[in-house]
Amino acid sequence: MAAGAADFDLARYGMEVFRNSPRQADLMIVAGRVSQKMAPVLRQVYDQMMEPKWVISMGVCASTGGLFNNYAIVQGVDQIVPVDVYAPGCPPSPETLMHAILTLHEQIRTGELMKRRTEGRSLAIDPQQSPWTPDVPVAVRMGTPK
Amino acid sequence: MSDDTVRTVERFDRLTAETSEGAQELLRRDVTKAPEIGREVGSVLRVDGHSFDPNSVDYERRDDETMIINMGPSHPSTHGVLRLMLELDGEFVLRTKPVIGYLHTGMEKTGEELSYVQGATNVTRMDYLSPVINELCYSMAVEKLLGIDVPERAIWIRMMMSELNRMSSHLVWMATNGMDLGSTSMMIYGLRERELILAFFEKTAGLRLNLNYVRPGGVAADLPDGWQDDVLVICDTIYERTFEYDQLLTGQPIFRQRLIGVAPMTAEEALALCVTGPLLRSTGVPWDLRRTMPYLAYDQVEFDVIVGTYGDNFDRYAIRLNEIRESIRIVRQCIDMMPTGDYRSQDPKVTPPPRARIGESMEALIHHFKLFTEGFHVPAGEVYMAVESPRGELGCYLVADGGPKPYRMHTRAPSFVNLQAVPLLMRGGMVSDAITVISTVDPVMGEVDR
Amino acid sequence: MIALSPSAPPGVLTSEAHCADLCCYPTRGQYFALVASFKADDFEMCVDLCGVDYLEHPDRALPQGVMRTRFEVVVNLLSLSKRQRVRVRVQAGDDEPEVDSLFVLFPGTEAMEREAFDLYGVLFTNHPDLTRILMPEEWEGHPLRKDYGSGRVPVQFKEAPGPR
Repeated sequence: MAAGAADFDLARYGMEVFRNSPRQADLMIVAGRVSQKMAPVLRQVYDQMMEPKWVISMGVCASTGGLFNNYAIVQGVDQIVPVDVYAPGCPPSPETLMHAILTLHEQIRTGELMKRRTEGRSLAIDPQQSPWTPDVPVAVRMGTPK
Repeated sequence: MSDDTVRTVERFDRLTAETSEGAQELLRRDVTKAPEIGREVGSVLRVDGHSFDPNSVDYERRDDETMIINMGPSHPSTHGVLRLMLELDGEFVLRTKPVIGYLHTGMEKTGEELSYVQGATNVTRMDYLSPVINELCYSMAVEKLLGIDVPERAIWIRMMMSELNRMSSHLVWMATNGMDLGSTSMMIYGLRERELILAFFEKTAGLRLNLNYVRPGGVAADLPDGWQDDVLVICDTIYERTFEYDQLLTGQPIFRQRLIGVAPMTAEEALALCVTGPLLRSTGVPWDLRRTMPYLAYDQVEFDVIVGTYGDNFDRYAIRLNEIRESIRIVRQCIDMMPTGDYRSQDPKVTPPPRARIGESMEALIHHFKLFTEGFHVPAGEVYMAVESPRGELGCYLVADGGPKPYRMHTRAPSFVNLQAVPLLMRGGMVSDAITVISTVDPVMGEVDR
Repeated sequence: MIALSPSAPPGVLTSEAHCADLCCYPTRGQYFALVASFKADDFEMCVDLCGVDYLEHPDRALPQGVMRTRFEVVVNLLSLSKRQRVRVRVQAGDDEPEVDSLFVLFPGTEAMEREAFDLYGVLFTNHPDLTRILMPEEWEGHPLRKDYGSGRVPVQFKEAPGPR
């Protein structure tokens, strides 16, 4: 929240808008711990997003389960959704979150993310099923200008 | 249907089944029993089945005329992962049932596996907007069982940090409340002010949030040099800005129309529901633990307890705004009256020796080692310690069995109990008022679900 | 206003306690009547209700004459007018703990009792809606019991991939 506010203005990167509907969002930031009850809900929200979509796992509790290695917390949100960038910290400071978002920008811009996905290291896109094939990375070309 | 569609439908059916919580949800009227309907409708004072006739509630509406909708858990205005199920007749809310547990972290179980010093790291993440107050409650409970005294300076440092935390929590509340009511500038202002306080926390404790600062025996580190200037800047700046908020919000007609008279609650209902904090004070009951059952050094500072009259949303807003001003007053007195001395108890049972001595003395090394690996032992007993958090009475029920770890650590979370007031407050209002009600009840899901 | 210290009806064992003016140890039969008598005696609010599982600490200190069981339900009451706190510790039972629900006295205990049921399996008779509140609906077991493991996943901190 503080990342979007005055001191750590996220709007300077064009990331100000928090769309309230998963259908209109490109990026899902999973912030904080995900409990067992929340896991199917998270997957449902992820499934509703349209391609192309990316996920940032914010905080150690989302990335690995963090401090809470017990019955109630999913040990890493990458067991539910494929994650592109992991932002550590408990809680991650706004600078960390911005760095994570900028890292994602950079990786999309250089095409590194697409390379990793086609190599099969992520479950994000099944090239057979999705109509948008990674060979024509339209979103990447439209991304951050040089 | 093609294969693709069948697969999608199956997958979504499965996901729907996975996300449904069965009996925890709001069910149709014909399958819900009478006392439960009474609770969902918010009839708090007529709870025994005899005086409450479920047929008398909206008898003219049948099940097919009303709609049960689901708000959340992933929703922009539910303040975290609160799932609210509403039965609506058009825009009017008839029944409400909050479904919680989406942030359940098993902190009470974790608390039984961490030592007493590590316990503060666990407890601080419950109410993540007021971490110092969580740690304070837990540390005071442990100290009570240990039977040790905390030095004066530590008490005053704790008090000052608690009040700064109260200010930061109320500022977040002002920000999110303004945002829920449509004022995005309030969001920016509230978070901007909060940055000042968080910068001071970072200077003192190393972390902006979830600072593991208040520990059994005192505080983790002394205040940094020049802290008086930093804190004075915070007080002065925020005090002036509260008048800006008055200009922006308090007198503004749309804001007032949306909050005044909406979701009133009487003192009787509030006491029956066991709510505490600004919710209880808004109904006119002047109960603030800092004044009525003082702890730390609250009996040595002057401050007012803000009490409302009508128990509506506007009262709760005004109480929190003025509590920011009262906290500023307390912090100023702390700056003036801060005693010198130790920042933590010198009792060797609890406090490790100074780091410099570890290199010189074997006993100091062993002492330090034992304290941080095994932890200090607390004599067997049980205690319930309560403090006033920005949301109400935060209590810690601690059972010790003589070992280095708590046997049972239960936190009485104020938001968990305050959420029971939501069906009562929403009754008869409209869906848009539902947002403001959740906002003014101010639940923090970290402590609701623990 | 003179605040007389709280007293329990005869037949209920009491003792002193930390941060409370009185601690009572009713049996399951005396429990509801005791809390009702405190409510009538100006204890307007029930601030906390929780369960405790004493499986690993059965020899805790209890007054003479209290029949100790594995599960305990602890209730903290608060009197705003007299500024007093009272604790009530009822021994709930060994295998199938069950006590009366305080819902008709204090409607605010509804969520707290559901939590005690969810995490400990303590049944509350006459509770309007005794369902799980924190765990998912189909969860089996009561997590805070001492014989329920913490569910810890073994983590290996080396470079080689191992159990996670």
